[in-house]
Amino acid sequence: MLLGPALAVSVILFSLGVAGVLLRRNAIIIFMCVELMLNAANLAFVALAQQLGPDGQVIVFFVMAVAAAEAAVGLAIVLAIYRHKPTLDVKDLNLLRG
Amino acid sequence: MIQAVFWLFGALALLGGLMCITRRSPVASALWLVQTLFSLAAIFVLLDAQFIAALQVMVYAGAIMVLFLFVIMLLNLGRESATDMRGWAGRLVALALGLVLVTELWVLVGSPLSGQIQLPAGTLNRVAQEQGVVGVISDSLFRTYLVPFEVTSILLLAAIVGAVVLAKRRL
Repeated sequence: MLLGPALAVSVILFSLGVAGVLLRRNAIIIFMCVELMLNAANLAFVALAQQLGPDGQVIVFFVMAVAAAEAAVGLAIVLAIYRHKPTLDVKDLNLLRG
Repeated sequence: MIQAVFWLFGALALLGGLMCITRRSPVASALWLVQTLFSLAAIFVLLDAQFIAALQVMVYAGAIMVLFLFVIMLLNLGRESATDMRGWAGRLVALALGLVLVTELWVLVGSPLSGQIQLPAGTLNRVAQEQGVVGVISDSLFRTYLVPFEVTSILLLAAIVGAVVLAKRRL
């Protein structure tokens, strides 16, 4: 029975992703931490799908599609920002601050 | 046996995640994240989700991480640079919030599943043997979730157009 261990790994992985978003200032690494959180959620879905029926795996399919769309648009935004101001440090990207 | 294999790949996934958020170079971070993704694919196989595991390797470790590495290389971030970690206050906040989140979620997942909605053990395995590994998810994907599936295609189209518009120098 792998449900408990899988959910435990999922919890720790998700918290690592949150800690990474708070810890780092590099925009691309923040994106990678978001991917880490999405993967932790996927793991929880797959683990519960084993107990509660295959619909959980269908949700993982949708999460992957959304993650791909998010990565494409997010990295395009990073490229556009870099062209405007050659830095990825979110500390220096404060154009909207009054 | 399965437990041992699970914990091996679980430990590899957690190690990859930890290294991903602590390495200074973005390339190293990305490669450690690839390790996490591959370990998760192995765990998916152990959890009777073989098709999802194949998707994980092809879509995540293949396509998405190549996109990340491509942008890192394009912006020439591979060289060692000054650290982008926050100061000690930020690290403390990150650590504290991470621990709080672990505790909260731990309590949440500790609550038992209701026996009424739980399938008998090995059901997914039996369905996979009857309908094939892909049949397990394609059946509900193209019946129950047909509309979300079509909406996803529109989402992907919008993402493609959005990425081109955002990254193009001059329209």
